[in-house]
Amino acid sequence: MTLESNVPSGPLEGKWDKHRFEMKLVNPANKRKYSVIIVGSGLAGASAAASMAELGYKVKCFCFQDSPRRAHSIAAQGGINAAKNYPNDGDSIQRLFYDTIKGGDFRSREANVYRLAQVSNQIIDQCVAQGVPFAREYGGLLDNRSFGGALVSRTFYARGQTGQQLLLGAYQALERQIGLGAVQMFPRTEMQDIVLIDGRARGIVTRNLLTGKIESHAADAVVLATGGYGNVFFLSTNAVGCNVTATYRAFKKGAFFANPCYTQIHPTCIPVSGDHQSKLTLMSESLRNDGRVWAPKKKGDQRSPDQIPEDDRDYFLERKYPTYGNLAPRDISSRAAKQVCDEGRGVGPGGRGVYLDFADAIKRLGLKAVKGRYGNLFDMYERITGENPYKVPMRIYPAVHYTMGGLWVDYNLMSNIPGLHVIGEANFSDHGANRLGASALMQGLADGYFVLPYTISHYLATMPKSPVTVEHAEFKKAEKEAADRLEKLLSIKGKRTVTSFHRELGLLLWEYCGMARNDAGLRKALARIPEIRAEFWKNVNVLGEETDFNQALEKAGRVADFLEFGELMVQDALHRTESCGGHFREESQSDDGEAKRDDANFSYVAAWQFAGEGKPAILNKEPLVFENVHLATRSYK
Amino acid sequence: MNLTLQVWRQKNGDDKGRLETYDAKDISADMSFLEMLDVVNEGLVQRGAEPIAFDSDCREGICGMCSLVINGVPHGAQYEPGTATCQLHMRRFKDGDTIVIEPWRAKAFPVVKDLVCNRSAFDRVIQAGGFVSTDTGGTPDGNALPISKNDADRAMDAAACIGCGACVAACKNASAMLFVAAKVSHLAQLPQGRVEAKERVQKMVAQMDKEGFGNCSNQSECQAVCPKEISVDFISQMNREYLKSPV
Repeated sequence: MTLESNVPSGPLEGKWDKHRFEMKLVNPANKRKYSVIIVGSGLAGASAAASMAELGYKVKCFCFQDSPRRAHSIAAQGGINAAKNYPNDGDSIQRLFYDTIKGGDFRSREANVYRLAQVSNQIIDQCVAQGVPFAREYGGLLDNRSFGGALVSRTFYARGQTGQQLLLGAYQALERQIGLGAVQMFPRTEMQDIVLIDGRARGIVTRNLLTGKIESHAADAVVLATGGYGNVFFLSTNAVGCNVTATYRAFKKGAFFANPCYTQIHPTCIPVSGDHQSKLTLMSESLRNDGRVWAPKKKGDQRSPDQIPEDDRDYFLERKYPTYGNLAPRDISSRAAKQVCDEGRGVGPGGRGVYLDFADAIKRLGLKAVKGRYGNLFDMYERITGENPYKVPMRIYPAVHYTMGGLWVDYNLMSNIPGLHVIGEANFSDHGANRLGASALMQGLADGYFVLPYTISHYLATMPKSPVTVEHAEFKKAEKEAADRLEKLLSIKGKRTVTSFHRELGLLLWEYCGMARNDAGLRKALARIPEIRAEFWKNVNVLGEETDFNQALEKAGRVADFLEFGELMVQDALHRTESCGGHFREESQSDDGEAKRDDANFSYVAAWQFAGEGKPAILNKEPLVFENVHLATRSYK
Repeated sequence: MNLTLQVWRQKNGDDKGRLETYDAKDISADMSFLEMLDVVNEGLVQRGAEPIAFDSDCREGICGMCSLVINGVPHGAQYEPGTATCQLHMRRFKDGDTIVIEPWRAKAFPVVKDLVCNRSAFDRVIQAGGFVSTDTGGTPDGNALPISKNDADRAMDAAACIGCGACVAACKNASAMLFVAAKVSHLAQLPQGRVEAKERVQKMVAQMDKEGFGNCSNQSECQAVCPKEISVDFISQMNREYLKSPV
């Protein structure tokens, strides 16, 4: 099947402008006749819901948390990129575009990324107008800092809580629309399935998590803003509730899942401390602005860090990548840390850690300045580890953080199912095979505030009018399937807990489909996952009732989907025999151990199509055409 | 370490609820408090008993979803001040301790089940006016309006609120003054929010009263348990905004 990206013709800089002119508009008086469902209330979902409601559409928004303000965008620490060039250091839309394309290892779609860079500046203006308290200079203007993968300072931030402040801005805009009656909000409600009628997305089936009630909601278009699937690894920096269910159910209804093997392993996380661990905690990448990453030169060096003299330390990022140094991109920094630990030079329990050292920064800037910049992160580190990072260097190790893969979308952010739009981390479109720091917030808000409201209007204006209600047989069928599935989960009454299956799957994927992947390992995982899944459906123990607030049942449904999705991820990783960005195939590396792309054979988006239960998914390809950038070997040396 | 837990169990909003006793065995000092409860829940499921319901999501102290009263104090702030329950670690406890775990208790936060309560009253307070009425688009350049670093910093101090509701749970009057004051002050501190400052404080305070939150009697229990250590100075600021707001 050919995938039509619907990228407008013409020069790159003019595509979005031209497209905005060519798209059809909905008469303002008619907007209230159209209804839109938005699943998820993070940066992408909340900004889209508020913006669509402001335009006059009838919006229903759903989230599984008790309030839209809890969505996991809130945990983003470091910042948001924009091409404002306020510091006068040479930034431009073209540079932000190029850095993002290069950072993604030339595996994203040019036109989407260019548009992202174009609207990035508007996002900052919008957020300032909402009262987001960005950090400022003494003169009263906005402050910027640097982030990985860029040589300019283009990152706007609000202490170490940028995601929180941006989300609260979008949340407040959303609450304003809820108060005005323009958005109907459904907290503690989880999407169970998506409903297609005549080939179009026309609604969803949900479960009220408090009462267990299964309900249908019909609309003229459906938007998924449900985030990433990092929790398939069990341990990740995601919130414990993050899941793949909405996008995976859409996949099973025919939406293509693009590049599921592109997962981002973040280099600066607090190392695992034991089997009990429920999640991993990220230490913002901004720490690498002033912290220096090192490991002992000697294997098994047991001395405490302050006893290791300069000559016995290996500042491996500065050594290997002198131009970018400690600000090398995430995938590269993560792999470098793994290599050091694989060589037996890791520190801390189990030798899985490297130091992130602030001694030089404290000497250079003073304790007060370091505290001002990173105080809350240092406090968090101390709470979790019991160690004081002002005195001893932090120990860090890479952990699963973000997923670049997601449902396939065209330039209009619509999936291959008409009417089903996908925004934010849930889609695949802008980050290629590796995302740069401070770009996730940018993309979520670009999609929700400035792209989707235009493109979805075009869809609504051009779709044939055909009212549907929740009485339609397709809704009834989907409701029954959802109820049957929950009933089945409760009826198994086996011997193992849901968490034990989740952990087993996660460890398997981390080992064989984590920071480094190879043919034999991936095949092992591919054989093992169906076995775990089969045991899950025979031996899982989910207690309680369906018509009650039942957290074990919620979790069981999510893990059941991870058990299918994990296989798709491995299938994708196995087929892509090149290395690119966060996807490192050991078979494809340069002499000095860097990722080696294979542009001749893999310069495409792998969009997987559901082929039926128990059958391997079918591969569709969208070739990536680069008209404006030259495909180069990605070097940060 | 081994601990004895006394946990509030309540089937639903109609049930009266009671404390039940559980053993927590082989707990590591590196576990977070919620990971300790995960371990207890795994054990309960193995025994065929329904696990304890409690809210949590990000588990890094920022989403505001977790909400436990630990030995009488929200978020266990007597053990680790300035943090949410999810960032309280078991190294703060010792072998043989008895820990009583209860939900937030306030009229405006009815219990849903066990340790989970309904905090949608907070969302409705924000709906009443906790925003700047600016639609998407048409906004001036971010640097068009300089804001002094002091104002920006002070706004951020207030905006750091995670909306967990510990302030309400700690207050003998179940007052939401700190939560409301944080939002009123955050927006009143910035020129973008000044435009609607009068209407905002009036509407948010009216909604706060309507939800059934109590009044403030200046004992600062809220500040003592706030995971973001938001200062009660903001309550003074809100009162000031309120007094000058009649239109």
